[in-house]
Amino acid sequence: MKTVPLEQAVTMIPDGARLMIGGFMGVGTPERLMDEIVRQGKRNLTVIANDTAKPGTGIGKLVSAKLVRTAIVSHIGLNRETQQQMIAGQMTVELAPQGTLIERIRAGGCGLGGVLTPTGVGTVVEEGKRKIDVDGEEYLLETPLRADFALVHAFLADYLGNLAYALTARNFNPIIAMAGATVIADAEHIVPVGLIAPDHVVTPAPLVDYIVANT
Amino acid sequence: MDPQTIIAKRIAQELRSGMLVNLGIGIPTLVANYVPADVRVFFQSENGLIGTGPIPEEGMAHPTLTDAGGQPVTALPGASTFDSAVSFGLIRGGHVDMTVLGGLQVDQQGRLANWMIPGKMVPGMGGAMDLVTGAKRVVVAMQHTAKGKSKIVKQCTLPLTSVRCVDLVVTEMAVISFPGGRATLIETAPDVSTAQILEATEAELVVSSEVRQMRL
Repeated sequence: MKTVPLEQAVTMIPDGARLMIGGFMGVGTPERLMDEIVRQGKRNLTVIANDTAKPGTGIGKLVSAKLVRTAIVSHIGLNRETQQQMIAGQMTVELAPQGTLIERIRAGGCGLGGVLTPTGVGTVVEEGKRKIDVDGEEYLLETPLRADFALVHAFLADYLGNLAYALTARNFNPIIAMAGATVIADAEHIVPVGLIAPDHVVTPAPLVDYIVANT
Repeated sequence: MDPQTIIAKRIAQELRSGMLVNLGIGIPTLVANYVPADVRVFFQSENGLIGTGPIPEEGMAHPTLTDAGGQPVTALPGASTFDSAVSFGLIRGGHVDMTVLGGLQVDQQGRLANWMIPGKMVPGMGGAMDLVTGAKRVVVAMQHTAKGKSKIVKQCTLPLTSVRCVDLVVTEMAVISFPGGRATLIETAPDVSTAQILEATEAELVVSSEVRQMRL
């Protein structure tokens, strides 16, 4: 694990990168990383996240700057710009049920070949997917998702990379921290090693590659 | 009483102590305002909270304590927080006793459409498909009609949220259940007649032999 300045953390991300980003309506999104991605003008990004927040907040900043080529999300209802760019053909939006999306990410991070879920059976969500019968119940085979980078927001990080989260800012963060080839975490507080009690560590240090330095 | 209040008050009567309940955005959120005094339930916000409390007093909002709409909430004593995989494990795994969702259409077989209007509104399904698939009991809170057209239809024309038959639909006019998978009128709102409800409803409604008036 390395602690890096904000600018350097984002310089590692190439145009066209596939990013998983934590947050739920902007709560628990690494906001400084969003701002720096916009400042450096990274283009053609694929974003895998719960939602695209709203204009001016979290992932909404990337959308407003037209940096997102593809979004794999469960909800875009509170961001009119996402809907406009989708209708104009500037952005591809793949919608997935929220519980399916998080399980696909979990599968990707946990080395599973996918998950079987009843969610979406008989709806447009099942189109193009394999249906598997288990003990007389129908399930959809949902395939795993991985990413080049996971951009994680934490409440606490120590200098080894152990992470702990706060309240509803946890959401997708610990799951994407398993599924990104490179994991960059931005924490509200960076604390000495040992200060986060072992039982309170949610994301273990070896998963985290970089912590963004607090300036 | 305005339509939303009638719906929310009636649905609140479905709550039982100890239930884990998920309320959707819109009318369903209002149900929390009418929990009977002797009933204690756990409300879940699918962004990762059980024990969701009321909107905080001014100045008491915390940026990382929010509901599924991203709005500030409080956490009651005994609350817990967790990640989205656990949150949807609770939902899909049948641990949520009751979910209350808004609706665009419900058809006479009890199938719900509530997540998109092709070509007009594509907000995404969020957690709705998982909730309808996995919750033990599904209650739909919606107005009976939209722009004069019945929202309780013969067959959903909008994309389905799930093929599962919902348990109860509560509108400002009626309460409808689905015994044997057939839409059945079981309660009428005060000052609304069965004839008025049938007139306002596109679906074929079975009228229960024991139709009673909503007690609000």
